[in-house]
Amino acid sequence: MMSAGNEAELADMVASARGPLAIRGGGTRGIELKGEVLDTTGLTGVDFYEPGALTLVVSAGTTLREIDAVLSAENQRLAFEPMDHRRLMGTEGEPTIGGVVAGNISGPRRIQAGACRDFLLGVRYIDGTGQVIKNGGRVMKNVTGYDLVRLMAGSWGTLGVLSQVSLKVLPRSETQATLLVRGCDAGTAVAAMSAALGSPFEVSGAAFDPDAGGAVMVRVEGFAESVRYRTGRLADLLGGFGDIESCDDAEASDRLWTGVRDVEKFAGKPGDVWRLSVRPSDAPALAERIGAEDLLFDWGGGLIWARVPEATDLRARIGPVGGHATLVRAGPGGADRLDRFHPQAAPLEAISAGLRARFDPRGIFNRGLMEPLQPVGV
Amino acid sequence: MDMPTPDPDILARKARLVARLLQVLPEDAVIHDVAETRAYECDALTAYKCPPMVAVLPASTQEVSDVLRICHQEAVPVVPRGSGTSLAGGALPTADCVILGVARMNDVLETDYEDRIVRVQSGLTNLSVTGAVEEQDFFYAPDPSSQLACAIAGNVAMNSGGAHCLKYGVTTNNLLGVTMVLMDGTVVEIGGAHLDAGGLDLLGVICGSEGQLGVVTEATLRILRKPEGARPVLMGFDDSEVAGACVSDIIKAGVLPVAIEFMDRLCIQTSDKFANAGYPDCEALLIVEVEGSDAEIDAQLSTIMEIARRHDPVELRESRSPEESAKIWLGRKSAFGAIGQINDYMCLDGTIPVSELPYVLKRIGEMGREFGLDVGNVFHAGDGNMHPLILFDANKPGDLERCEALGAEILKLCVDVGGCLTGEHGVGIEKRDLMLHQYAPADLEAQMAVKDVFDPAWLLNPAKVFPLPSSEARRVVPAAAE
Repeated sequence: MMSAGNEAELADMVASARGPLAIRGGGTRGIELKGEVLDTTGLTGVDFYEPGALTLVVSAGTTLREIDAVLSAENQRLAFEPMDHRRLMGTEGEPTIGGVVAGNISGPRRIQAGACRDFLLGVRYIDGTGQVIKNGGRVMKNVTGYDLVRLMAGSWGTLGVLSQVSLKVLPRSETQATLLVRGCDAGTAVAAMSAALGSPFEVSGAAFDPDAGGAVMVRVEGFAESVRYRTGRLADLLGGFGDIESCDDAEASDRLWTGVRDVEKFAGKPGDVWRLSVRPSDAPALAERIGAEDLLFDWGGGLIWARVPEATDLRARIGPVGGHATLVRAGPGGADRLDRFHPQAAPLEAISAGLRARFDPRGIFNRGLMEPLQPVGV
Repeated sequence: MDMPTPDPDILARKARLVARLLQVLPEDAVIHDVAETRAYECDALTAYKCPPMVAVLPASTQEVSDVLRICHQEAVPVVPRGSGTSLAGGALPTADCVILGVARMNDVLETDYEDRIVRVQSGLTNLSVTGAVEEQDFFYAPDPSSQLACAIAGNVAMNSGGAHCLKYGVTTNNLLGVTMVLMDGTVVEIGGAHLDAGGLDLLGVICGSEGQLGVVTEATLRILRKPEGARPVLMGFDDSEVAGACVSDIIKAGVLPVAIEFMDRLCIQTSDKFANAGYPDCEALLIVEVEGSDAEIDAQLSTIMEIARRHDPVELRESRSPEESAKIWLGRKSAFGAIGQINDYMCLDGTIPVSELPYVLKRIGEMGREFGLDVGNVFHAGDGNMHPLILFDANKPGDLERCEALGAEILKLCVDVGGCLTGEHGVGIEKRDLMLHQYAPADLEAQMAVKDVFDPAWLLNPAKVFPLPSSEARRVVPAAAE
């Protein structure tokens, strides 16, 4: 294992690498790759934080725990609500911001506030030849040249090793509440969530747990008076879909959403875990086809978490889908048999391969992580 | 502003190209008469003009694909064009290029309120997208001031913003999918009605790539339900530094207005005279708008006005009616037009960290005096996106050059304080030669490598974004396939 203490060291390690590198932050997502581990947790620290400009610049190995502490002191937060994978994956360690950005990890609030990639203002990274590259900056609006910022988010370290990221942060809400609509099946649930998300009441979370009595959860955040008003209006709107129950206690509401964010209901249970990003109205029929042992719907139905028996080829089960399915947790060797990421159409696969070849000409970064197992003919 | 010398070999093959284009397009969609191509000689950066060799107006993705395949085989550069409202020269032709206009592709293909998306052809104007969904009280959030005319194709190419980005983000945050044609004619679908596109975030890099990676023919856009209401408050200050501090305090307080707009004395007076907006006589004016129910608006505005009072405003006026709100906004919205009535002007688009507003405003004033030119400032203060308007006289020899030189200095200042050259207009040709002030050569190489992958022959809008010397080796036009 190699551990870099700063950006220059990181660049040297990449430049002098002789073989594949497995880039690792906190290692909480349980991804095992071939190659020497390149540990980024030594690149820590808040490099710049300006609450009045809603901007935070941090080194990539900084832990989310530290970032949360710094932002909380100013009553701010990362609004994209990144998931903590530890319980689901059965891992230890501390999630780092570099890992979050590399995976574009976003939680329930993605439906309203946006994904991690939407809050990313700038990056510094090391390319496959060991050069330090910067893109974007620390301002909210920036169209100067190509947007490699978003390209790096969700590239899972295959295009470069992040050394520093700048993020837009937002004020923490004063309080929150959750409305529960019980007794829904998937079809009713998606309809209820669509009604809530299509209302002017600024819903910041819309999830559905088919167990627990078929409960739709709708979260509202803001100042107390406004939360009261909006939950009241939403209760009127959603009354026809099922039995309404209100969770007005902010802490209890927050615990519900941590559970959704981290897919806690799958934790400690056997099998593979898949994550599907789909069109919300397609979700009920898809859920039928998945035939999962366990399901959880987030993002108004647009995100489906499914737990299925180990080595199930879920993509084969559901057939063609407008969206994509990612294998998040697999048994030993599972990711050698099934593509972790959804195979794309040939021209897009060719573009992706072309980008990897340009950013990492020696093909040393996280080899095999995003490439399809079966080469795609063009 | 330098542009590459037209390739005589391409010009010599015009007749063959036109004949081939006429095989795939109706006659009225191929404009090759020298007088008629003049209609495409510039965009909204009118200081630079050059008629293209040919302009085509395809009506479908298939026709776009046919055109690009032919141009690829003929090794002819293609400059995509939306509505031609670019302030950066993004659609400026070269004499040896084909302009590919998407204006005939303006259908709404699908509207889905349950999934909260709309799929449109890319020639549709920005405002028409909202127009297509507003009967159900939905809207499309990005609202560039050219929204009446500008096309979604151009919005995607430039990653356009608007006054309400502070809350709703820019184009890239509201774009879910595209149908795009690559330079060799290949049609690709990226993303769709789901929230996150799979694989690498190609959608993210396409948005804002200034038509250099492909021609977007269809877009899936996120639509939002309109808020119950919105109300602005107008604040006047004796000192723009104090106004800047007030912006920062509002943001820090945890209320997130949907817009915070700033105008300086020159713009206040000019637009007040033009629009009769009833603006106060002061150095700096802020318009802060919040959304929600009446009670929510009252609560937010009371916090905001409390903060404003601590900064000693000379005027603090909360709108009490829709008419009054419209009047407050009218002055701001007509600012560019009002300035345009009294002078020629150049509109810059540098973005800075909000905390640097007071310093940058002071420096812009000083620099304007050094160059002997007046500069007005009207901009989106909440996100630091400045719009300095440099006034000049196009009929006065040397004035345009002086104006451009001052503009370059102001943009460099924006970069030097931690900002960037352009927040929402794009680089085009206007800021192309300043790119090395913001980025190191290796940073630009990384960006150009993306174009190498999407458009290996560098035929799509090749003379934009990157300084010509930086891209020169890549722009060597390959010989046409026989």
